[in-house]
Amino acid sequence: MEAILSVRKLRRDFHVGSEVVHALRGVTFDVLPGEFVSVMGTSGSGKSTLLNILGCLDQPTSGEYFIDGTLVSQMSKDELSTIRNRKIGFIFQSYNLLARTSALENVELPLLYNNTVSSSERRRRAKLALEQVGLADRMGHMPNQLSGGQQQRVAIARSLVNDPVILLADEATGNLDTRTSYEIMSLFQQLNRDGKTIAFVTHEPDIAIFTGRTIMLRDGNVIKDEPVETQSARQALEDLPVSEDY
Amino acid sequence: MNFANLFKIAGRALLRNKTRALLTMLGIIIGIASVIAMVSLGQSSQRSINDQISTMGTNLINVMRASQRQGGVNIGSGNVQTLTVKDAEAMLKSPYISMVSPLVNASDQAVYGANNWPASMQGGSPQLLDIRKMEIASGTNFTEQDVANSAKVAVIGETIVENLFPGEDPVGKIIRFGKIPFRVIGVLAPKGQNQMGQDQDDVIIAPYTTVQKRILAINYVHMIMASAASEEVANLAQVDVEEILRKQHKIKPGQEDDFRVRTQQEMLETMESISGFLTVLLAAIASISLIVGGIGIMNIMYVTVTERTREIGLRMSIGARNRDILLQFLFESTILSLIGGVIGILIGLGLSYLASSALNWPYVVSTTAVSLSFIVCAATGIFFGWYPARKAASLDPINALRYE
Repeated sequence: MEAILSVRKLRRDFHVGSEVVHALRGVTFDVLPGEFVSVMGTSGSGKSTLLNILGCLDQPTSGEYFIDGTLVSQMSKDELSTIRNRKIGFIFQSYNLLARTSALENVELPLLYNNTVSSSERRRRAKLALEQVGLADRMGHMPNQLSGGQQQRVAIARSLVNDPVILLADEATGNLDTRTSYEIMSLFQQLNRDGKTIAFVTHEPDIAIFTGRTIMLRDGNVIKDEPVETQSARQALEDLPVSEDY
Repeated sequence: MNFANLFKIAGRALLRNKTRALLTMLGIIIGIASVIAMVSLGQSSQRSINDQISTMGTNLINVMRASQRQGGVNIGSGNVQTLTVKDAEAMLKSPYISMVSPLVNASDQAVYGANNWPASMQGGSPQLLDIRKMEIASGTNFTEQDVANSAKVAVIGETIVENLFPGEDPVGKIIRFGKIPFRVIGVLAPKGQNQMGQDQDDVIIAPYTTVQKRILAINYVHMIMASAASEEVANLAQVDVEEILRKQHKIKPGQEDDFRVRTQQEMLETMESISGFLTVLLAAIASISLIVGGIGIMNIMYVTVTERTREIGLRMSIGARNRDILLQFLFESTILSLIGGVIGILIGLGLSYLASSALNWPYVVSTTAVSLSFIVCAATGIFFGWYPARKAASLDPINALRYE
């Protein structure tokens, strides 16, 4: 099976003053369609740098990066923008929703940067994406009228709306309490079961257990890349003691 | 990226912060409104001067005394006594001159019964009324016979009637001008103010011989008023008059004239150049506020870029190219300045309408000013939006996303 993501000997150096910091020192792995991968590591391990490159926000110093069969490590800035728009869905720790903008308009946003989508098609797909994350009845709400978990769901709907080949989540549960985290992970598992490929960056081992495979980074190298015995987030949610509800 | 989407993005971004958008626009609104109001008012005043001068007759020719030098000392024109009745008669030799009247002025207190009024008397020939496009409302004009007899008869203006004859018919009554009694034989139709703001109805007109002999005891005249045969030949008439008077006064070639000939056309041009200069001056002052408004837009857009760094990062991460971000911010500033401009134009037109109707001036909509301010608005938006937009577009998405 052809890999969705394929990185080969990826290196990324930063020049800080006269010093050279090696954030990535030759990372190689593939992500196959339908995989749910967690990228783990402590701060400074290079996982943010890796995520930036995977998300086409940054270019590697050397090495090759293929997404959906196309080599992106040589592309221009504008070409990268188009790749981000068509093939990648981003989910951030702090949601990054536009304030004073309804959930529906927030979800529509990526399609506004895509000429090939008509305005009626844009609206239809945004509604569909919101239904997919269970917010069909919150479309007109502003972000400040939504809970943290709901805001993250809007962000997930926004990442789904352009039908990307991969979802990239950056500490997507970092701002949420345990229960809501489990709910979000359950949503991710659901999306994964429906066929979405997901790369999930986290430093929390108890979140990584809901994914199918863990890539562990340390000092810019992959030190562990192995399948995980996947736990069901829905089961974990049910097992939570009632007292957590306050 | 199509422009409809960009417009939508920029419009939504502005609508998210309505108050700020409105406040930002305010600078442009005030700037454009003042430019429009000033230019329109300037043009209204020009038009009103124009109208008034035309009602006085554009074929009017005035001959005045010029200042003179005696032994190198400029003695001004007040004591120059070179214009005479003969000069006036000589002017009629020109085929382009249809009517001539000498003019002598005297000021004194006019008295009738218990009423008195400081009045100025103008002595002229019977044609003076026609030359100055004045009409008799009641009674009659004086005649050549009255001139020959230095008759003590007078035609008075509306203002004199109001002050000396409240509720009375003045025709046939005797008024005193200084110590001399005059019989009122006619009343002039009201003319209102002239372009200098002088009341043209505050006047007593009498035969020039009467004023010369009985009041002033002089044999020269202060001024000669003439009418060119038509507006077209006014300039030819001016040349003729100059030639005739130089001959009359025996002025050798190369010597300075001791008189000045003015046509109404010249007056018009002078007045227009003055009010045109004022218009430019006012517009220049007003455009300073336009620049301040533009800088206001730049300032807000600049702050906005910093404040919306994360938003910009997010837009980039979901596929906005640098150019899209640049255009979004340019659109935002241009929309702001264009809407502000339209509101400003409306306010400016409204203000100038109110002002010109209060001043009784004709209302002039300057299409040049309106279209020019519209272009200036668009240019302001682009010019002052460019720098902040560049700053936004040059942000690094990674840093922008992590910006706190």
